[in-house]
Amino acid sequence: MNRFAALFNAIDQSTKTTVKVAALADYFRDAPDQDRMWTIALFSGRRPKRAVTTTKLREWAAEQAGIPLWLFEESYPIVGDLAETIALVLPPVESTSDRSLSDWITQLRSLSDVEDADRKTAVLEAWTQLGGTERFVFNKLITGGFRMGVSQKLMTRALAKATGKPEAELAHRLMGNWHPDDTTWESLIEAEDASADASRPYPFYLAYALEDGPDALGAREDWRAEWKWDGIRGQLILRDGQHFVWSRGEELMTDRFPELARAVDFLQPGTVLDGELLVWHPQTDSPASFNALQRRIGRKTVPKKLLVEAPVVLHAYDLLEWQGADLRDTPFAERRALLEQACADLPPEAPVRLSPQLDFDDWDDLGEIRAVARDENAEGLMLKRADSPYLVGRKKGDWWKWKLDPLTIDAVMIYAQAGHGRRANLFTDFTFAVWNGNDLLPFTKAYSGLTDAEFREITKWVRKNTLQRFGPVRQVTPHHVFEIAFEGIQASPRHKSGVALRFPRMSRWRQDKPLQEANTLEDLNDMLRIYG
Amino acid sequence: MSPTLTFTDRGIYCPAGDFYIDPWRPVERALITHGHADHARWGHKSYMATHAALPVMRHRLGEITTQGIDFGETVQIGDATVSFHPAGHVPGSAQIRVEVGGEVWVASGDYKVEADGLSEPFEPQRCHHFITESTFGLPVFRWQPQAVIAQEINSWWARCAAAGKTAFLGAYALGKAQRLLNMLDPEVGPILTHAAVENTNAVLRTQGFALPETIAATAEIDPKAHKGALVLAPPSALGSAWAKKFGSQETAFASGWMQLRGVRRRRAGDRGFVISDHADWNGLLSTVKETGAEHIYVTHGYTDIFARYLSENGWQAEVVPTEFEGETLDAEPAA
Repeated sequence: MNRFAALFNAIDQSTKTTVKVAALADYFRDAPDQDRMWTIALFSGRRPKRAVTTTKLREWAAEQAGIPLWLFEESYPIVGDLAETIALVLPPVESTSDRSLSDWITQLRSLSDVEDADRKTAVLEAWTQLGGTERFVFNKLITGGFRMGVSQKLMTRALAKATGKPEAELAHRLMGNWHPDDTTWESLIEAEDASADASRPYPFYLAYALEDGPDALGAREDWRAEWKWDGIRGQLILRDGQHFVWSRGEELMTDRFPELARAVDFLQPGTVLDGELLVWHPQTDSPASFNALQRRIGRKTVPKKLLVEAPVVLHAYDLLEWQGADLRDTPFAERRALLEQACADLPPEAPVRLSPQLDFDDWDDLGEIRAVARDENAEGLMLKRADSPYLVGRKKGDWWKWKLDPLTIDAVMIYAQAGHGRRANLFTDFTFAVWNGNDLLPFTKAYSGLTDAEFREITKWVRKNTLQRFGPVRQVTPHHVFEIAFEGIQASPRHKSGVALRFPRMSRWRQDKPLQEANTLEDLNDMLRIYG
Repeated sequence: MSPTLTFTDRGIYCPAGDFYIDPWRPVERALITHGHADHARWGHKSYMATHAALPVMRHRLGEITTQGIDFGETVQIGDATVSFHPAGHVPGSAQIRVEVGGEVWVASGDYKVEADGLSEPFEPQRCHHFITESTFGLPVFRWQPQAVIAQEINSWWARCAAAGKTAFLGAYALGKAQRLLNMLDPEVGPILTHAAVENTNAVLRTQGFALPETIAATAEIDPKAHKGALVLAPPSALGSAWAKKFGSQETAFASGWMQLRGVRRRRAGDRGFVISDHADWNGLLSTVKETGAEHIYVTHGYTDIFARYLSENGWQAEVVPTEFEGETLDAEPAA
């Protein structure tokens, strides 16, 4: 694992993309096939199944380190990473090992089938043989969650550099259902035809946010506009009489949305649709808010009752494959025409709807349409250039999302807690309150939105203005007012305030605002009435 | 009878001698462990510190009334017998031993156990009551020997030099910077210093501390004339307009916090070297044992956790709130 650990260090020690890509490309050129396949797998979220529970790992690590378990548990949130905490508390290494990455992975996977005691012996032995980064990487392999500052995009770029193949082609090859056990480097990367797998999705094209409005985009005639739906982006694949549903995060969601199975009855094979999964209200024939969809998210199997109460449809807005042919290089306007043709005769019981295009005269007109997006349960507008191909990943220029401004409220910080990992020694997690008469009523937490410099400043302040400690949480003097931005609000009996916010974050530190001028519970309830 | 040392909202106070140790509000008589700004504050009527610590304090605090003392020398202040002993934290830094009626207390300020080749090496003091820091009081903090880190830094510097890049190393201007200076291999290239570091160097050189040759990186300096240089600067100067003048560069940060990957990635630029002037977990524990003290007062850092661990292992340990900051990544406590 020396070579992989060296790669890890090279990537971890640099903040520069070029350096990371060069290190990865070098690795892909020289490493043995099995190792480079596992490297691709790890960096694209295909990790080996967890063979040891983290509870056991914590116990064993504390035992080996000669510290009580509570001390290990207190250290973990400060380090922010279980694999790293274990690596740091264990005694120094006793010997060394030159086994390869795939070798270690094979051994780890074999641990699923052995007795607990043997599992422990194997892990403890690895800990005595692996030092420094190797120990950390080994722990990462056991605990899963292999995020280390290398996106799939970056890895694909490195692969392109190492193999001389185009990045977009490689991105497509890496999609879908493959595993290092049943796939070789040759078949995944080198082979002529990569379309063998019927379930393989196309890499998603992602839009950048339009910050300053559309005036700079040029002539209105060159652009098409749609609602930006507030659902789950998904790709529906119909091939060989089967159907597959993929998320943007390359997760196969077919079983989570059984309603979509009927699509094969209404659309021909050799069709791939890009769209948004939304809960649909058959009575009003309109999409429900994100709150309704939330009940479906994370459910691997769906009870019948929920299927009736929160049925999901795909709002199709792009056609990527038609009659078995890849359409991604065809201009958007032509793809759209074909999409309309494909969806023309769909009956109401089909689980696919055509996402409408919006009529508008000029940019001002479009601005007025955007202003009412919330009424449509949309979160803004999408702008797509009529002649644009369907690109890979987030690219500037052809697709823009023009979102609504968030809702905001001014709130008082009342509790603070230190962050994890990157933010271990800063206070970054805050609880906010609004006035309820003369009392401050907590209603939301927020962690993001401030600059590092602001977090440092508030951290200093928290240290000096702590009233009480509840474990890691500090109650602070009510003093600072922050503007909290959020995307939605709903009633929530579980919260003392009676409301829950969607994606709250600190948009501004209102150092100019006195405590008394923060918003009130009535203000929150007004927002709930209007936007809830 | 009141205790030998008490904890007040102005700082650690000795009623028998009517003096404070490292107070954070202005007092008549302050005994100071070392010159970092969270321990040596402005505004006291008189300052007592080791002869080795005073020049930097005068440099930083300006006109102050001082009384110097040698390491190991004993003075009587009221009914208290007081002596200063090496803390190994930075040059001149001391633990302050206070004895009243046969009861011995030691206030250790900030300390580290490993000898760094520059500061007077740490000497644990037998006592009944020991006041300790716990900046790195978690078992995840364990330092490598200084020589290992020196090798890491020098090979990084050599790689930068070979790639035609200037190596920027961020460290506190007092203590850490001079310790690093002594670890650098002058064969690799010239060593340049930011004004904040060079001013402290000048004070310490006058005192007789041996430091390698450095070149002040003033605003007028021509970076091209110093190929393959390493620039030692306070963290706040990394990435500044002044630093950008040097063109292609890598930046690194030297701190105990660099032990944590998350912090390293947030703060370190290109590299983070794990080196601290505070005791690590093992250093804190071995020191507490060597003092023989039964009562331990934990002042700053991971106080709750460290005190709980000590309590479970037979000590009378408690957390004492102070305004000391230990090693921060953000502003130098001695800024």
